[in-house]
Amino acid sequence: MIPLVYNARSMMQRPVSTTFTAVGIALVVSVFIGMLALGQGLQAALARTGSERNALVLRKGADSELASGISRESARVLAASPHVATGTDGRPLVSAEVYVLVPLPRPNNPTAVANVVVRGVSEAAWSVRSNIQVVAGNRPTSGRMEICVGRKLLGRFDHLDIGAALHFAGRDWTVACHFSAAGSAFESEIWAENEQVMPVFRGEVFQSITFRLKDAGAFDDAKRALEADPQLSVDVHRESEFYAKQVGILGIMLKVLAFGVTGIMAVGAIFGAVNTMYAAVAARTPEIAVLLTVGFRPSQVLLSFLAECLLIATIGAVLGALLALPINGIVTSTTNWTSFSEIAFSFRVTPLLLVLGIAFGVLMGVVGGFFPAWRASRLRVVQALR
Amino acid sequence: MKYLHLVTANLRRHKLRTALTILSVALALFLFASLRSVVTTLHTNSQFGGARRLVATNATGIVFILPVSYANKIKGLRGVRSVSWANWFGGKYGENARDFFPKFAIDPESYLGMYPEIKLPENQKEAFLRERTAALVGKGIADKFGWKVDQNITIQGTIFPGDWTFTIRGIYEPSDPAIGDNVLFFHHDYFDERLGHAGIAGWFIVEIDNADSAAAVAKEIDDQFRNSSAATKTGTEKEFQAGFATMLGNVSLLMGTIGTAVVFAILLITANAMMMSASERTGEVAVMKTIGFSNRTLFTLVLVEAGVIALVGAVIGLGIAKGFYPLIKFQGFGFLPGFTVTPMTMLLGLLLALGLMLASGLVPALRAARLPIVQALRRVE
Repeated sequence: MIPLVYNARSMMQRPVSTTFTAVGIALVVSVFIGMLALGQGLQAALARTGSERNALVLRKGADSELASGISRESARVLAASPHVATGTDGRPLVSAEVYVLVPLPRPNNPTAVANVVVRGVSEAAWSVRSNIQVVAGNRPTSGRMEICVGRKLLGRFDHLDIGAALHFAGRDWTVACHFSAAGSAFESEIWAENEQVMPVFRGEVFQSITFRLKDAGAFDDAKRALEADPQLSVDVHRESEFYAKQVGILGIMLKVLAFGVTGIMAVGAIFGAVNTMYAAVAARTPEIAVLLTVGFRPSQVLLSFLAECLLIATIGAVLGALLALPINGIVTSTTNWTSFSEIAFSFRVTPLLLVLGIAFGVLMGVVGGFFPAWRASRLRVVQALR
Repeated sequence: MKYLHLVTANLRRHKLRTALTILSVALALFLFASLRSVVTTLHTNSQFGGARRLVATNATGIVFILPVSYANKIKGLRGVRSVSWANWFGGKYGENARDFFPKFAIDPESYLGMYPEIKLPENQKEAFLRERTAALVGKGIADKFGWKVDQNITIQGTIFPGDWTFTIRGIYEPSDPAIGDNVLFFHHDYFDERLGHAGIAGWFIVEIDNADSAAAVAKEIDDQFRNSSAATKTGTEKEFQAGFATMLGNVSLLMGTIGTAVVFAILLITANAMMMSASERTGEVAVMKTIGFSNRTLFTLVLVEAGVIALVGAVIGLGIAKGFYPLIKFQGFGFLPGFTVTPMTMLLGLLLALGLMLASGLVPALRAARLPIVQALRRVE
């Protein structure tokens, strides 16, 4: 095997060309990681929203909470179901919720609005919904027009400090607390007491009912029993699956964008690598001839040149991954068209994405380096030396 | 000009390298044109709106409804020519998220009267207006699902439960792409009847006599309902559309960032190729200088070579972008109706190619022009 030092030194002989090729690959890798991190962030926010142990009930046929409607009577029937777990206080762990959207003006552009979720909740919601934690202030007092604001909304809209008055639906609501929800979509919501929200919006109707399953493994039984109940006319979803599916068309678009754009970019970068390596091979024709003369086999020469290109690509790929790292955690927002609501989420650069990105870069190196390396290994000694 | 054959000879020396460099430029400009067109199309669509059309929605939010009885009160206001109303109708057709298309319950006569952009044959229009359960569909979805006139289709209600069967009586083509050719319209009367005469409207479209009085009429409408059960928020149709565009968040920033990275990456690749070919020719440049080529000529020759690569690449890339998207009828999953690569984008792409030529050709060109002959010839090959 030809020592790698040979390749490293050769690369150093043409620093500009090596750098340009590596940086080109780095840019492709960082765009690739960045765009996948965007999709990953959206998916993670939604996937974390639901819990395996919960069931979410919507009116039959409704594909989103917004489209659904469930009467108080149905809510009572559901709460009495034997599939519902009971809390430490002996009461059923059921949360009947109101789900509406209100337009909030964006501070940087007052004519622009975002449809933010206002969720009417009962006492039980705070324990039924997963990972909800009040991080500042106290939960809304029953009977008052108070709201608790999801952490991701802070800074993106005005009037959300504790004690501030937020105006929507023709009223002023006092911000009583801020809550976190492990990065889930709940963090883009405003919560208030059901009894306050109902009269202001759609009256005596809930949009969804979420309950803790007595036995998480018996979801199918619960689903069958409730959907067959003639009193109810509902669809039962596993909460985690329901929210994960809300990625919908937005998720598809992000994926198409990510793979489309980086795919095309990658082809460009491969062309660049091919050019560099062909030039390297051409410039080193006598060297290659010497290598072959002193007894290295063509396959070893092939490997050597391939290794050289791989080295450049790997440096580029690692650089690209490093370039992409700082975007981790940056919060961005868009409208999720499945729920028609504004959702904020962070770019998530996961270790898996980094590995994928680097592998992608290395692959570019292999593809780009193969033909030049092949040519190098096929050189005729006599011709090359002449 | 007489040295043109020198440029072509140089380009032909490494045919593969030239081809690959041209292709990477083409790819970069294709991406540039695509990404920029997303932004321009969104912008154009957000600007859509008849100057004389106002839209009134529930002041609490777009998802809340208004009593359809407001129509008569609005009609009575001064400066109002006609009023129409519509409802968003969720509904599912097909299982796939990609199969989604918007469905509206409209008051057919007044709505079509107000939207001359919705074009369909007169006999189909009459057939659609006549029948309560008729539907009018865009050519885009009709083609996608293979629908024909007089065919029945069934939509599963999501917001409004049950199966809803309509007979397609008309297929329209929008004269303004922002309308979209993927909408299903049906009768509000039928919708209302199925809902037990709930009398609800999602929004009102108000045609006014004079575009200049838009603000005044909008205010008058809002004043009229300020103390009713449901207050309204009225604005021009343009404002209404722009609101939807802002809901997408910062798409232009995302596209811009990606675009910059793409262009920069390709710049590196092209510059690299140019520099490699220039450095290979150090010897011959020296010879050319010796036989009397001026520095300026050599400078121009290298720059023209870079220019040819950039320009040919640009023409290919931009040309493909211009031709490809209409061919596959790209509409961004329905979010980008009327997706077009504008002449401005093409022009910017060409300017970008020019910049690419300068950036990638300048250093090698200068190097060629400033090359000291003696040193270059002394170099051991």
